[in-house]
Amino acid sequence: MRYIIQFCRILLFCLLGELLHYFLPFPIPSSIYGMVLLLCALRSNLLKPEQVRDTALFLVGIFPFLFIPAAAGVMEVQDELFDMLLPVFLALFVVTALVMAISGYVTQYIMDRQRRTPHD
Amino acid sequence: MIKELVASSAVWGVLLTISAFSLGSWLHRRLKKAWCNPLLFGCIFVVSFLSIFDISYTEYKASASPVSYLLLPATISLAIPLYEKWELLKRHAAAIIIGIFSGVLTSLGSIWLLAVLLKLSRQQYATLLPKSVTTAIGMDVAAELGGIAALASALIILTGIIGGLIAERICKIAHIKNAVAKGVAIGTSSHAIGTAKAIEMGETEGAMSSLAIVVSGILTALLAPLFAALL
Repeated sequence: MRYIIQFCRILLFCLLGELLHYFLPFPIPSSIYGMVLLLCALRSNLLKPEQVRDTALFLVGIFPFLFIPAAAGVMEVQDELFDMLLPVFLALFVVTALVMAISGYVTQYIMDRQRRTPHD
Repeated sequence: MIKELVASSAVWGVLLTISAFSLGSWLHRRLKKAWCNPLLFGCIFVVSFLSIFDISYTEYKASASPVSYLLLPATISLAIPLYEKWELLKRHAAAIIIGIFSGVLTSLGSIWLLAVLLKLSRQQYATLLPKSVTTAIGMDVAAELGGIAALASALIILTGIIGGLIAERICKIAHIKNAVAKGVAIGTSSHAIGTAKAIEMGETEGAMSSLAIVVSGILTALLAPLFAALL
């Protein structure tokens, strides 16, 4: 029962996210609104972590599994993918690797520099 | 026979998904190779099963909908690891935000370069542009800019799978050793699917990757229209 109630609390934040997505004009999906709201609720002590933690961590733990049905949908657009094979290949491998390397490297570089010149 | 059975059964989609994922996990444990990703192989098993028994994706999608239903609560649950790493996040806020920003610019800029060099159509360009952000944002952005939403979502999912596969190697090559930086790198380049890999690497990596999904998603939604206007 504890898990069901925790799940209900999480669903409540899903619903709040959906409401914001419906009423606000920004191109931000309900999942992002919901995540930010849940974070705010935890930060402001409106919600204690124990009230959602077990179920939330279970859901986070099975994340890759949850993507299978959506990912299998790739089979539906095979033809379109093959029509633009070279750009798709470059975008998927080269661009993804580049974005990963640059964003990680920049973050690490700034963190190292801040560590070497402490303000406090 | 299987086809008729499937048509009359309500549970097969979820069962097939769990079996395929378990098989993928088993293979991953046995072979201990990064490319034996349970998600990738789970997908391959599902697609093979559907093709062999001539079952349509639409039927599978309907039957497996309880699994997809959990995606929204699971994404929102990423707030928990974020909450638990809040102090770390606050301490390095500037580095994290600038890192994500540089990643988003790299992504949009290199897709633009690709479009110019390969003479892509506007539709193809708009479809590729949001490929590094979470599916929900990416599909909307692609549709908004005149791309094909279904194709965009497939590209986003493939980006996530590939990002998860190459994460460890890229971090090694680029000398990214810091857990915060690793998380930022994975979340910015390969959204929630990559984050599954980041969670595996460690709590800090997972939390930073979750944060990067949110920030890079919003930045892309804001900046993509500007880049779309360049072609």
